[in-house]
Amino acid sequence: MTVSFKVNGVRQTLDVEMEMPLLWALRNEMGLTGTKFGCGVAACGACTVHIDGVATRSCVTPLSAVENREVVTIEGLAAEQGAKDALAPIQAAWVAHQVPQCGYCQSGMLMAVSALLKEKPKPTDAEIDEAITNVCRCGTYPRIRAAIHSLSNA
Amino acid sequence: MSIKNPTRRQLIVAGGLAGGGLLLGYAFSGPSRHTLAERAVAGKGEQVLATWLKISPDNTVTIYVPHADMGQGVVTSLAMMAAEEMEADWSLVRAEVAPAEKAFANESFGLRYTEGVHIPPMFQGLTDAALLKVAQLMNVQITGGSSSVRWTGEHGMRPAGASAKDMLVRAAAARWNVAPGECVAKLSHVTHPSGKSATYAELANDAAELSPPSHPVLKSKADFTIIGKPIPRFDIPSKVNGTALYGIDARRPGQLYAAIKFVPVFGGDVVSYDEKQVLSRRGVRKVVRLPGVGVAVVADNYWRAKEAANALDIKIDAKGNDAVSMKTIYAQHDADLAKDKGSKDVEIGDADAALGQAAKRIETTYRVPYLAHACMEPMNCTVWIHGEQAEVWVGSQSPLTVRGRVADIAGLDFGNVKVHPYLLGGGFGRRVPVVKGFLDFPSEIDFATLIAKEVDAPVQLLYTREDDIQHDAYRIAVTSTFKAALDANGNPVAWANRYTSKDEPGEAAHIPYAVPNQSIRYVESPTAVPRGPWRSVAHSQHTFFTESFMDELAHEAGKDPFEYRRKLLKNEPRHLAVLELAAAKAGWGTPLEKGHARGIAIQQAFKTIVAEVVEVSVSPSGDLKVHRVTAAVDCGSTVNPDTAAQQVESGIIFGLTAALHGEITIEGGAVAQSNFTDYEMVRMADVPAIEVHFIDSGAELGGLGEPATPPVAAAVANAVFAATGKRIRELPLKNHDLTPLTAKMAQAAD
Repeated sequence: MTVSFKVNGVRQTLDVEMEMPLLWALRNEMGLTGTKFGCGVAACGACTVHIDGVATRSCVTPLSAVENREVVTIEGLAAEQGAKDALAPIQAAWVAHQVPQCGYCQSGMLMAVSALLKEKPKPTDAEIDEAITNVCRCGTYPRIRAAIHSLSNA
Repeated sequence: MSIKNPTRRQLIVAGGLAGGGLLLGYAFSGPSRHTLAERAVAGKGEQVLATWLKISPDNTVTIYVPHADMGQGVVTSLAMMAAEEMEADWSLVRAEVAPAEKAFANESFGLRYTEGVHIPPMFQGLTDAALLKVAQLMNVQITGGSSSVRWTGEHGMRPAGASAKDMLVRAAAARWNVAPGECVAKLSHVTHPSGKSATYAELANDAAELSPPSHPVLKSKADFTIIGKPIPRFDIPSKVNGTALYGIDARRPGQLYAAIKFVPVFGGDVVSYDEKQVLSRRGVRKVVRLPGVGVAVVADNYWRAKEAANALDIKIDAKGNDAVSMKTIYAQHDADLAKDKGSKDVEIGDADAALGQAAKRIETTYRVPYLAHACMEPMNCTVWIHGEQAEVWVGSQSPLTVRGRVADIAGLDFGNVKVHPYLLGGGFGRRVPVVKGFLDFPSEIDFATLIAKEVDAPVQLLYTREDDIQHDAYRIAVTSTFKAALDANGNPVAWANRYTSKDEPGEAAHIPYAVPNQSIRYVESPTAVPRGPWRSVAHSQHTFFTESFMDELAHEAGKDPFEYRRKLLKNEPRHLAVLELAAAKAGWGTPLEKGHARGIAIQQAFKTIVAEVVEVSVSPSGDLKVHRVTAAVDCGSTVNPDTAAQQVESGIIFGLTAALHGEITIEGGAVAQSNFTDYEMVRMADVPAIEVHFIDSGAELGGLGEPATPPVAAAVANAVFAATGKRIRELPLKNHDLTPLTAKMAQAAD
């Protein structure tokens, strides 16, 4: 069986099992290691990507569900956001607020937050709490919140 | 090049680089507080650090950091310390985790280090005794014990930077035929009042011919221009665009992936399995038995390996360990504590006698459960054994130990194993590999090597989250019993504490308070559950115990818990200042909303004193919310105040997860929890407002990665007591009905 979909603007056709989660196709078949494995059960958000612009946990998304759809990973975030520079404003805000510590969860955080900001450019704290349920073991949450607010006030 | 001034205690080596430039290294044997690190490196009382900096022809300075960056920003902080002393222009400073520079693997370069230099004992058992190996191994320092800045930085980076500056100045003075004292080093240039000026790069080759100073002079704090500034971290840009590479991201041509079907019961073994069940599955290449562990499946894609491992039926022999549960473990703790007086930790005065004569006596027992580390990056290790060589790609808190371990298991010479250090997606003590006689349990490093021996390709072993939670090296469960005596004024006159299983650091159960009679003792109570260091190690348990019990004494005495502690800390000025600052910043004693209450706790860990005031609310139905944590920190002074604050925030949230949710239980000899669904983490919605206030005491530098974690649990539990009247003596809080006693009484009256 082959499955065909776009990843970061490039059409990909894979001859793999349709039930393979998108995460493992990205990481093991396409060499896109920016999307991280954290839990395998959609409980931590480290694997978050955009599918047709919607934040989606790729560890439980089978390839059958992405046929002909547009997937954007952290590697394609700046382009998706139409950034003229190497970093999209959200990534620049992460740098300005020195958000990452170990950094492992941050790909997923950035994908989740960028999707939230698309929907709600000025989210309240309660909206952030509800939408951003990703786990960060280093506890970068206060800085993530500050970075989000800096973007919504920009 | 020659080696100048080698001494047993201090070793500075310098030399020219092919193609121009100066390379300077500094090694020393230092304080021996952290026995974990000592044991890891085999030499008693020795800590050898090697820190290196390089000046390139384009006048950039590259600083090679011998520590793993697992999120603490240490690569940047250590580079700041070297650059400060060196008077480098920060815009020209680069930093790398050693040994990314090819020059270090260059044999002819390394061999020049072997002439006439004493090899520190830590290297003797691990190398073939050639300093070539030292040069290659300079990335070996264990990252743990909150040690990077206070050891490597203070004793390695700063002297290395100062030595480089001294040599550059002397090189300039010789070239210009002036006195070194007339020359000034600043912003990567040496200048002379006559108008002469040279870049460090222009002087580097001459400098490389000079002897390093035996006692490099360090700058005084007042003259710092880099240390103490909130400088952006080097690693952040790569962590926002997916380019940062962690161990799990290692990719080699032809690489395969392995997953393990583990024997769930600790101490159990595999009896039988049928590999034919999975060998015909797509992509599956090999099935490997791991004695005492489980069965590994190797495939061309991790998902295929994992699915196949899941599908494999393995028959196991629990060897009787399936009867072990928290009930049996705690019964064992109680029996061991009842058996005898235990071993001495602290004995001051005569606690027994004081307890006998007391006006008031308080006795109680505390417990905390096992905890898993749950690093965001699940455990992994990539190994390729080809011929007599092995290569390893891993994020580790001790690449050197990994190297030795892989060599042992693969049956190869130490020198034939190469470790490529990758970033760590969290460490927290979990990524400290096996050390014989201490952390002596098998880990992913061992399993990956055993699998690689059976496969003719690089193979990446990766744990599922379930494997990670169920096959960790756990923060141990501890039971701690207390007896205290109060005099007629409510002052504590006796403190008797006995606990199970002493751990690092040895002073974790000690109290800073002026209690005249103290007896702190411990009994060992080993179990088959693998144990390991967990952020702040023994402080994580004991601070909850001692600071909760001290709170009990304050309430028994009818005193305010802050004022009570304050009085007992009158002889500890640093503690007192930290406690008072936390209380003042938190508005201790000022009115709060209905249902809200504050708790306070303080602890010194890794030479840093942290006090935290926590504000909570508990609803009439018992819902707990942590609103605010105010921390005061005395770590001497900070190198990078921004990363320092980050580490305190991080430590608080890590401790809060443990206090509120953290619990690994053993049932049927195996871990009952499996993923973030039943091993919950604090998330965005649960995070309190956190304020961090540093005291610049100028005391010896303390650690920062760990010390903020210990006080949180006690401060939260003390606040819960203030809000509800319920004393929490066992964590986590989620297991308790927190309905306030007053509300309950009100309900009962209805």
